[in-house]
Amino acid sequence: MQFISRQKKLGPHSQTEIYGQLVQFYGQPPLENISLSEFETFAVERLKLLKSVENLGVSYVKLSEQYNNKLHHELKNLNFPYKSETEDRKSQTGPSEHEKRRKDHISHFILRLAYCQTEDLRRWFIQQEVDLFRYRFTDLPPEQKLELLQKNNLQYHAISAEEKKALSGKLVHSSYGGSGIKVEDQDFYKVPFQDALDLVRARKVYLKAGYVYIPQQDIVTIVLNDFRTRLSKALALTARSLPAVHSDERLQPLLNHLSHAYVGQDYSIQKNVGKISLEQIDSLSGKSFPLCMRQLHQNLRENHHLRHGGRMQYGLFLKGIGLSLEQALQFWRSEFIRGKVDADKFDKAYAYSIRHMFGKEGKRTDYTPYSCMKVILSNPPSQGDHHGCPFRHSDPELLKQKLQFYKVSPSGISQILELVKGMHYQLACQKYFELTHNIEDTTFSLNHPNQYFIESQKVLGGGKDIKRETDTPQRSQENSGRGSTAAREAAAAAANAPQHLAEITEDLDSFFQDA
Amino acid sequence: MPCSDYDPASLPDLLPLYYRRLFPFSQYYRWLNYGGVQKNYFQNREFSFTLKDDIYVRYQSFTTQNELEKEMQKMNPYKIDIGAIYSHRPNQHNTVKSGTFQALEKELVFDIDMTDYDDVRSCCSAADICSKCWTLMTIAIRILDRALREDFGFQHLLWVYSGRRGVHCWVCDEAARKLSVAARSAVAEYLSLVKGGEETVKKVMLTEPIHPFIRESLVVVERYFPRYALQDQDILGRKESVDKVLALVPEDVRKDLQQDFQNEKKPETRWKLVKDQASKKQATAKKFQHFEKEIMLQYCYPRLDVNVSKGVNHLLKSPFSVHPKTGRISVPINLKELDTFDPFAVPTISLICEELDRPRPGEEEEKSEETKEKENEKDAAERWKIRDYKRTSLAKYVKHFDQFLDGMARAWKGELLRKSDLQKEF
Ligand code: SF4
Ligand SMILES: [Zn+2]
Repeated sequence: MQFISRQKKLGPHSQTEIYGQLVQFYGQPPLENISLSEFETFAVERLKLLKSVENLGVSYVKLSEQYNNKLHHELKNLNFPYKSETEDRKSQTGPSEHEKRRKDHISHFILRLAYCQTEDLRRWFIQQEVDLFRYRFTDLPPEQKLELLQKNNLQYHAISAEEKKALSGKLVHSSYGGSGIKVEDQDFYKVPFQDALDLVRARKVYLKAGYVYIPQQDIVTIVLNDFRTRLSKALALTARSLPAVHSDERLQPLLNHLSHAYVGQDYSIQKNVGKISLEQIDSLSGKSFPLCMRQLHQNLRENHHLRHGGRMQYGLFLKGIGLSLEQALQFWRSEFIRGKVDADKFDKAYAYSIRHMFGKEGKRTDYTPYSCMKVILSNPPSQGDHHGCPFRHSDPELLKQKLQFYKVSPSGISQILELVKGMHYQLACQKYFELTHNIEDTTFSLNHPNQYFIESQKVLGGGKDIKRETDTPQRSQENSGRGSTAAREAAAAAANAPQHLAEITEDLDSFFQDA
Repeated sequence: MPCSDYDPASLPDLLPLYYRRLFPFSQYYRWLNYGGVQKNYFQNREFSFTLKDDIYVRYQSFTTQNELEKEMQKMNPYKIDIGAIYSHRPNQHNTVKSGTFQALEKELVFDIDMTDYDDVRSCCSAADICSKCWTLMTIAIRILDRALREDFGFQHLLWVYSGRRGVHCWVCDEAARKLSVAARSAVAEYLSLVKGGEETVKKVMLTEPIHPFIRESLVVVERYFPRYALQDQDILGRKESVDKVLALVPEDVRKDLQQDFQNEKKPETRWKLVKDQASKKQATAKKFQHFEKEIMLQYCYPRLDVNVSKGVNHLLKSPFSVHPKTGRISVPINLKELDTFDPFAVPTISLICEELDRPRPGEEEEKSEETKEKENEKDAAERWKIRDYKRTSLAKYVKHFDQFLDGMARAWKGELLRKSDLQKEF
């Protein structure tokens, strides 16, 4: 690795300020000039790190021992800070702790540039950064936690013994079951509920007159809440200054590659538009659709209707597998008018939103098909809805029946249900893929319903069902092996960028003035 | 009943009359102006109108009460929705640089719609309601109103009948209007207990320990459950509905209860058997078991549309808008009379327009008194309008709205005083 850091603007003092602590809040943008090659390396490595955070979060319970160990390793391998400086002095190989912290700092800010552009990107970036932060913060020794809180103006006062006594019944019933905390031995902090949204959301805290009463051990959620809020505000501001960055012909291609890397592939860009006929959909849904889409398809056929959440999830998926706008309109119209909606009403109330999906109305944003993360985490189904991920949103009992109906073997079913129990929904889906396609070990890591479809078509001898163009999405084929393929691609892409890039230094400062 | 008199075809004739003589503009403006505490608060508010033939116009905004009045009287909207307060005037949103036009604030709103309860009511389905299932709305209001006040500390809650099959809540406190999207969704999720769509049978899962909020909610549910669920909906009567309830208990218990129910037909006694089984389980099983509570909650607990509450820029039907299908006015609900609130007694636009035409005894004297006062013409016109709605069944709802506004005005006064004090310091 190379460091061509010229004209440092920071004196040694302020630098120790920023890099004095293992865990950063990233409040201050970097003020130094860095070379473009360093820019690239940092960005790609942080992207690798965040991809690992994502993958680990899918495969393991967050903050479980395995999760922590793996993440620890990942940080170490990629040369990101993971232990206190004093520990570091003992080993003198590789970059110093200070260099690692600097990389942590700068790389975070570079990815902000790449990931502020759309809501989807921001959501992904924030999620991974928050998870990373959570791991690092919980790993800190108590004194350092307090120090960090103080430095970031997050000081709260513990309630008095009398108040605690008066509320004790409520406090006991408001905290996690079984964690064995005793109200008497705990300090409780009284905090406006807006500062502890995660605890409020999950009802893991006592709430009275707009204030929550947080036991000391849960203070991390306040910090996370704060971290998340600051980051999302900062991203919004960065997005506004982006036109300036994008007019920079040297940075623009790099940033675009970086942001495209996050789910491996952008499934909204279709090369086989119109290669599927509407008649094929029924049979494809049985063979190559993931369960979530099969379920939506079936319900659409049965009820001749889907509610908004279902129309979005399924409609975008269909767009992703290659339906043209005209086909989509025909598909939805022919089904809806068999139900309670007549053609006129359809054209008035529904056609708009379908054209919208294809970017033909409104803001003209071309919507991307939903990833598994999005299906699993956002907008859960409620009364009357059929969307969502069956592995996440179905009663295990119903899921079991459904799998039986689809002729999955009893042992296969129990394997799937085991994974569901451990909250590994995507792995459960992948297991279902293996069982229904008769293959032992899949070579991809499932993160998108459209990926499921493409992989399935590949196994089933693709070309038979769909007359595919020879150059179908390349990326998906390369997308084998877990984790950081995408980042590697980005790196490769970046490496192909005009060679003069490496020689130019860039003043990062100017891009963060707003942030 | 007056409702049967309403004919949707008459709407084009009635709306002009309604907006000219009955719509409570001054109260409406007083509400949305929030005492003028914040600059441009009313001016930057989005309204959207649904016109004849489902023509939908968004991003309407008005500088004054007068302008709002004029526009509404000109366009005669079939339906009015209220949106957010934006960074710029919504009617000029096309002229500002893209990305800078942003929704900044809005009341925290809740939308509870009877169609979301279709799996637990047997009396009606979809858009239909009756006095039996209306109890669900009463329960919803009781539970949410308590939680929003006591748990979240909000004070200015306006509950409104939607005009057809549901209720809305507008939380108007300053702190509520300033909540972020994340905070709104956290509040909505705190208040949501019934989870899952068509692929979920058991929609309420309690965990240990039972949070004080759920305990409080259970107190309300327990009060209504015997009458509403056991009698009115008869959930332990017919075989089909019994099976639905039994699907929510653990398998071994289900077998026992199926046995017991053979000799016992009375719903109340059957329910007692369920509760007995639950306490037996609670005494013996190690696993946390509260299926009797979960059943009660699944059948009665309010079902919120979280997406409506989440968005700052989400539009919601305005109070005093007309429901084009039923003709009923979207009126504020007085919680002091909640248990006797009857959605079918809410006046329709045809009723109140008709009431206008009825001569009223004593009207002549009033009029002559009026003329004695020397006022300019505009004030007199205003006065007429006030008197007009007072002659109709709309009066008591407007009065309640007035009381609600008085409560808020006390808060604005404090805020304005604080501001002027601050200014004096300079
Ligand atoms: S894991 Fe992904 S593809 Fe599979 S069912 Fe769930 S959302 Fe669909
Ligand atoms: Zn009913």
